[in-house]
Amino acid sequence: MASLRDIRRRIRSVRNVAQITKAMETVAASRLRRAQEQVMASRPFVHSMESILADLAGVSTDGETPALLQVRPVKNTAVILVSPNRGLAGPLPGNITRRAAQYVLHEAGSPVQIIAVGKKGRDFMLRRRQQLLAEFTTLPDRPALGDIRPIAQIVTSGYAAQEFDRVTLIYTQFVSVVSQQPVVKQLLPVEPPSHEAKAAARDFIFEPSPAGVLEQLLPRYVETIIYQAQLESTASFFAAQMVAMRNATDNAHEVIDNLTLTYNKVRQAVITKEVAEIAAGAEAMAKS
Amino acid sequence: MPLLVDVVTAERSVLSDTADMVVAPSVDGTVGILPHHARMIALLKPGELRLKRGPEEVALAVSGGVLQVESDHVTVLADAAERAEEVDVTRAREALERARRHMAELKDHQAQAAVQAAIERATVRLRVAERRRRTRPVPETSP
Repeated sequence: MASLRDIRRRIRSVRNVAQITKAMETVAASRLRRAQEQVMASRPFVHSMESILADLAGVSTDGETPALLQVRPVKNTAVILVSPNRGLAGPLPGNITRRAAQYVLHEAGSPVQIIAVGKKGRDFMLRRRQQLLAEFTTLPDRPALGDIRPIAQIVTSGYAAQEFDRVTLIYTQFVSVVSQQPVVKQLLPVEPPSHEAKAAARDFIFEPSPAGVLEQLLPRYVETIIYQAQLESTASFFAAQMVAMRNATDNAHEVIDNLTLTYNKVRQAVITKEVAEIAAGAEAMAKS
Repeated sequence: MPLLVDVVTAERSVLSDTADMVVAPSVDGTVGILPHHARMIALLKPGELRLKRGPEEVALAVSGGVLQVESDHVTVLADAAERAEEVDVTRAREALERARRHMAELKDHQAQAAVQAAIERATVRLRVAERRRRTRPVPETSP
């Protein structure tokens, strides 16, 4: 049986762990709130962008298809893998890398180059000797659109130069605080959002021209989608971390309770033993 | 019926308001939009976006983007946008000077274009901030 001092020491160390996980939970919760706000703030932009693209899709059938819309047979694929930079977030990093591995091995059907956004995805792909095209591991928690631009530039120029014929975006979608979903999404060639009930979209005035607008709009659209994916992933990460840390805190308290119970039992046993010894001693004295 | 105007960037919604007239810096020149305007999609260059409502006028600095008009609803998707009162004049001025200095050193054509764009953005921000200062009402205590 463990000694009283050992148990006391263990209780103290578990209590310290609980304090740390509690603090991490609080921090994650406040960052989550900000990340969530950012996701919400960028949604109107994405919606407007999609609506304009849908309008354009009905019009721009004349002339040459812009490079980012051209569908080619897929010989090479580029994957943008958005993953967290840090761990301690429960199953989230594992889920996203597992989904990415499944895509690379079974679904891509062509050689894959990885663009790693976030350290967890990069490390995972490097361990499995996948080819890294680029890595972005220093993005801030609250990225600006400008931080995303270099990523978009790599894929749009690579796609235009036919270095790869498809670009896939893998990220974690923020469904709710308790649910985050790995998502695989085709980024290039751009599939214009479906044109729901906008048959009469041909009477638009374009400045300078439909092709001119598309040419400017498509790279921005790509940027926006990657940006949105990054925001969703960040919010997901903090949500997962918050939940993981809350569980850790709860577990620690449970361990403390169990240890305290054991401690009291041992203490009780020691006292009982001492009393018995004293009583036995006294009895022996009385007899003699 | 007035126009409904939304100005959004990827990072936030900058403004959502009504206006009698919108004046925007399209790539083909300045366009004015009144109610019952035909449906339009226009690319914007860095410039001033102005909203007129009665005697009032609100100015924003936008650095390029897209404008969509559809049934009296004007949506501006800006790369970046700031209301006049948000413009940090000191920073804009510094950015302008820095860009001008860079311009003199650069020879690469693409880099020059980027710096030129930076110069335009800074100029626009300063101009918008300047306009705001001019229209600010004179304090009543002054003689």
